[in-house]
Formats: sequence, structure tokens, C-alpha cells
Amino acid sequence: MTGNWSIYIITLTAIMIVGSFLLLFGNRTRPADSEAKTGHVYDGIEEYDNPLPAWWLYLFVITLLFAIAYLVAYPGLGNFPGLLGWSQTGQWQAEVDVAKARYEPVFAKYRDMPVEQLAKEPEALRMGQRIFANNCSQCHGSDAGGARGFPNLRDSDWLWGGSADAIHTTITNGRQGGMPPWGQMLGEDGVNNAAHYALSLSGALPAGTESAAGEATFKTICSSCHGADGKGNTLLGAPNLTDGIWLYGSELETVKHGIRNGRMGQMPAFGATLDSDRIHLLTAYVLSLSAAR
Amino acid sequence: MRHEKIEKNIGLMIVLIVVAISFGGLVEIVPLFFQQQTTEPVAGLKPLTALQLEGRDIFIREGCNVCHTQMVRPLRAETERYGHYSVAGEFVYDHPFLWGSKRTGPDLARVGGRYSDDWHRAHLMNPRDVVPESNMPAFGWLFDDTLDGTDTATKMRALRMVGVPYTDADIEGAQAAVAGKPEVEAVIAYLQQLGTLLKRER
Repeated sequence: MTGNWSIYIITLTAIMIVGSFLLLFGNRTRPADSEAKTGHVYDGIEEYDNPLPAWWLYLFVITLLFAIAYLVAYPGLGNFPGLLGWSQTGQWQAEVDVAKARYEPVFAKYRDMPVEQLAKEPEALRMGQRIFANNCSQCHGSDAGGARGFPNLRDSDWLWGGSADAIHTTITNGRQGGMPPWGQMLGEDGVNNAAHYALSLSGALPAGTESAAGEATFKTICSSCHGADGKGNTLLGAPNLTDGIWLYGSELETVKHGIRNGRMGQMPAFGATLDSDRIHLLTAYVLSLSAAR
Repeated sequence: MRHEKIEKNIGLMIVLIVVAISFGGLVEIVPLFFQQQTTEPVAGLKPLTALQLEGRDIFIREGCNVCHTQMVRPLRAETERYGHYSVAGEFVYDHPFLWGSKRTGPDLARVGGRYSDDWHRAHLMNPRDVVPESNMPAFGWLFDDTLDGTDTATKMRALRMVGVPYTDADIEGAQAAVAGKPEVEAVIAYLQQLGTLLKRER
């Protein structure tokens, strides 16, 4: 705040406080026991014109004294920070420091432990579970079982890899799936055939004329990401099509929709939301979920 | 003192009342109009795009701000959950601001990037699908209704008059940028940019 505004605030505040005092005592011109009347007469009843009772007057005085004491102790008078040095962000920082000091030993205990070992520590996993519940369960479910479009983390199937490093990267940087839309290029028949072939890979649909027709499409287009054998590629986040696990559902219409319009599944990045200690614990928790299978 | 003069002269009384109650505003509000802290946008702050602006207006239309605040207070419990506390510079282009005053749902000041677009779609279609204990209403019509953008440019012009730096190109392209898009897309575009400028590790 510039000095002029500071002076402006201090001046107005001072005028207000002094003015209130003057107004309060300026009205106290008569002793409390004066017999003066207001001159109002109602059916012969007259009204005394007594000043404010003393207890009431002093309540006002107390509020004014409180205001002065407050302005001396706390910020309020322009740039004057107050004798206590209190600030909103300072109080927040103090709270954060207390919490850091309290939890630092807990985090420090696990900081340098490899994730694979951490995934066997019951206490660390309980902490990881709390972090998961607060940040991940909205999409992956509180049991990490996933939902349509949101991967199940309890199975052994991983779009982007299930190693500790891969999970850590996924949490920190997020992932952006990129199945392009093929509807324009393949046409409706082509989409139908490719879907039949894709579903036949896991035996979800029996092989037939349509899947046979789709095979050529698969080998020329789809295989560049999903692999010639359809086993996917964790570098690209291309799912394995042979394992019977379908992120968006295994109905023919759903698969056709995916081929026609593409799929842009996204895992948000948590690197800026969670600190490295928490991501470490979370990685161990997620790893432990599938390690149990 | 001269009560009689004031009490029997309503014009004078109005003037004196205005003087008396204006002190608080003069001290607490007026200086804020001229403080760098409150008038200078945080680094990287941009005006909402046409689509985000329409999203914001749907956000207001549906009353989202009645249950969701957009204000992370400087309290550890809040910064742990939501991220960096809100600062004045983030709201310089907000007319009106949507800080809200009651949290039936969670604060949304830093919701941008926390969820994927797909999640928002699932959640707006039926919140119970992704958060089983949620009591938020479903907003299915956002998927059916489309924007025509006839008054988007007018809104941007109005915002420019109160200090939002839209360029002529922004305003000319406004209708084309939103016409035909489903409302849900606008809402998600709005949500995904909320509070993304200030990051802090927790």
C-alpha cells in the first residue's frame, strides 16, 4: 500500500474514533438526576429528558477502547502491522510449520525406502490408502476397482505399465490416451469389421466373416499401436485387446463407438497437487493392490 | 446538542446518516480500488475464452455457485485439500466474482485439471455414478441443449467495458467459437481452467 493511502486510512479511522468520543460526551450535557422534561405530554403523562444511563454510556466507551487496543495490536491502521505482528498468511504458515514438524518424521521413515519394499509396510499402505481415498477414488473408486472409462487398479492389466516407476510417472505427470477416430477413414462397414476382429482376439465374439474382413484393417492400422498380436503397448497406453479386459465395455456397439470416434482417456497430473512424499506412498499403495493378485 | 434540528429536518438527517455510514466503506473498500494487490492480475491470467465464458454463465444459471464456493481460504485444512489459497489477483477479470458463501459441495477454486473431461461428463450426467454418496443434482439437459452464441459477443463487449481485456478479434470470433456446441462442453471448459495459475506442492 502506498504511503498516501496509509495516511488516508489512519486519518479517517482517527476521525471516526475521536468523533465518536465527542458525539458520545457532547450529548451528555445534563446531570443524570436533572428534572428536565422533554416537553412531550400525552394525556397528562410527561417524559423526563434524562441522559443515557452510565452503564450504557460506558459500554460505548469500552467498544471504543477495544477498537484502539485492537488497532494497536493487529493490522488495521494502513501500513502499520500491529505490535503482535499477526498476519493471515503468517498464521497459515505457522499452522503449516506445525504440521510439517509433526508429520516429517513419519514421511522421513519411508522416504528412502524402495517402493517395492514400501508396498509391504502396513502402516505406509494405510497412509497411501488415505491419500488414495482423498485424491483418486473419485475416478478409480474407493476400492480402486475402477469404472467404465476409469481403469481398475486391482487387476494385473496396465495401460501405461505397472512397474513402480511407471505408476510413479503416471501419478506425477498424468497420462493422455490417444486413440484416434477412424470412422471417416474406415466407413461404417470397416468399423464394424475391425470391431469384430478386435473382439475376436479375446474370444468375446467368435471369429467369422466380419472379423476375417477386419483382420487386414487391424494389421495395417491398429497394429501400429496395439501390436500385430493385439497385445497392446504400454509406451503408448494402447490397451491389450487379448485379455478380455475392456475399459469402456466389451459390447459390440461400445467397441464400434470407440473405433469410430476415438478415445481420449485422461489421467490428470498430480505432481503439483501432491508432494513427492505422498506420491511415493501412493505409488506403493497402488502397486500393492495389483501385487496382491 | 441540537437533536431537534436534525430530527425535524429529514433532508439533513439523510445527509448526516450517509456521512456516518460511509466511513466504513471509505476506509475498508475505497483504498482497495487502488491497491496493486487487488487490481493487478496474477501472472498468466487471461480473460475467459468465448466457450469458457458461456460455461461460466451456465454455471451461474444452474446456481452452481450456491453450493460451491470458489475461494480457498488461508487455512491449512483448506490448502491441504484444495491447493494454494486464493489471492485477489486471480479474480481481477471476474464480473461478478463467484466466491460464494456456502459449501454444500466442495470448493471449486482449484478444480481445473483435477479431473478429466470424461469424469466431468460422467459426473454432470449423474454424480452418483462416480461419487456414490454425492447429493449433487444431475444436469442431464446440458448434454442435449446446444449454444447458439447469439449474445456471446455482446457479453464480451460488456465485460470489456468494465476492464476485461478482450480484443476485437476475440469478440468477432465469439459466436463462431461456441455456436452448435453442447452446453456441457462449455461448462467443462470453464471448470478446467479454474485456479490453474497458482500451484503449490502440498
